[in-house]
Amino acid sequence: MKHLLSAADLTREDAITVLDTASQLAAATAQGVGKLPPLRGRTVVNLFYEDSTRTRTSFEAAAKRLSADVINFSAKGSSVSKGESLKDTALTLEAMGADAVVIRHHSSGAPHQLANSGWISGGVVNAGDGTHEHPTQALLDAYTLRRHLRDNTGDLAGVKVAIVGDVLHSRVARSNAILLQTLGASVRLVGPPTLLPFGVETWGCEVSYDLDSSLDDVDAVMMLRVQRERMNAAYFPSAHEYSNRYGLNSVRAARMPDHAIVMHPGPMNRGMEITADVADSPRSVIVEQVSNGVSVRMAVLYLLLGGTEGTA
Amino acid sequence: MTHDFEPATRDTRVVLDSDDISRALTRLAHEVVERTHGATNLTLMGIPTRGADLAVRLAAKIEQIQGQPVPVGALDVTMYRDDLRLRPARALQPTTIPADGIEGRLVVLVDDVLFSGRTIRSALDALSEHGRPQAVQLAVLVDRGHRELPIRADYVGKNLPTSKSESVQVQLVERDGIDQVTIEQA
Repeated sequence: MKHLLSAADLTREDAITVLDTASQLAAATAQGVGKLPPLRGRTVVNLFYEDSTRTRTSFEAAAKRLSADVINFSAKGSSVSKGESLKDTALTLEAMGADAVVIRHHSSGAPHQLANSGWISGGVVNAGDGTHEHPTQALLDAYTLRRHLRDNTGDLAGVKVAIVGDVLHSRVARSNAILLQTLGASVRLVGPPTLLPFGVETWGCEVSYDLDSSLDDVDAVMMLRVQRERMNAAYFPSAHEYSNRYGLNSVRAARMPDHAIVMHPGPMNRGMEITADVADSPRSVIVEQVSNGVSVRMAVLYLLLGGTEGTA
Repeated sequence: MTHDFEPATRDTRVVLDSDDISRALTRLAHEVVERTHGATNLTLMGIPTRGADLAVRLAAKIEQIQGQPVPVGALDVTMYRDDLRLRPARALQPTTIPADGIEGRLVVLVDDVLFSGRTIRSALDALSEHGRPQAVQLAVLVDRGHRELPIRADYVGKNLPTSKSESVQVQLVERDGIDQVTIEQA
């Protein structure tokens, strides 16, 4: 594989390889090996058209721990704010010798365009495009689920995951729905009808409008951020009404089985989709998701760039 | 060095059988005990996959001789190889460091086949990430010659003259269901 554009690019075996590689890399980090050598002399460009702290720093840390050189290129304060097109930016990066471009873009499909246009010869990793996909987030969620529920080996057969909230605007939900099912898990999407996308019945997931009845048989609940910045219409009456019906509070968390974990891709709106006491409770793995993110992104960069070009 | 299992053909011959391997490991164990003056400061680090299996066996044999358990770990060298760019990205193997670490210890690296010496060079780099051993030595089941680097083994189970076009395959019960070493003509 040369690019990682969509969770659908990954077969079950590919996904397990990424997760296994991530767990070996996490073990190396735990053993105190701060820097590993496989990407020495390779250049990774973080091309971020959208604000992001956790994903960009996560990719940056991952690339640096593998000894790659990292160039951070954010749209703000660059030639993009002077009106440069994606194509011209890409040609510039190519001229600088980028071996891989990690791209986040507000337009769905921008990473695909970059990978298939011939503008650049290196690999492309989708770090979130519009409301389309965010495959490395799905991989780190799968890694987190596997660590807690499947002893960090094999796939996720039989695991039940509820993905709750703003599915419509969520690239995290889309990538997770694909990847978790590839790994054998079953996914239930829960949210108000206005925040479930058109055609959701073709995703292969169970769909529910009621959170209270969706919690007692799950192994994990993944709460989604309400993406107000992408909302151009009234999707629900009020924030209060939303958190009443779809927020995860301690009363609802108590309905979950004892072993079930609470996840959130961040950034959280505390008090909106999740209350502070649940976010900080022992069953919350939200902080661990962040550190798993670095290991999983190291695995993706190693598998894309660690061998001969384009054959991994 | 390859480990791909091939059914025995006319061009494959067995050079070590199960008893030969066991005797070679017993002799290696005695040599290690002798040369390390009782193996008191010894740590064995096997190189996955089969070197790690051999390290576990060797540790058990040394324990039988000395009556003291020997710390044994595994050291994956994949990310330290000099030929990473020549092949697709390879799967990583586990690295396990014994509880007392390797700092100040006498580390004996254990591998199945010594060939070009490049794996051992990678292992020396990988090892240095985990500490500074007092000394590092090398034990191999088979030395087949054709070194490309100034590296030699301190303990050799069997010297096996080969031509470069031949491939040597070590099979172990732990992974392959059988203990044997074969040479296959390419």
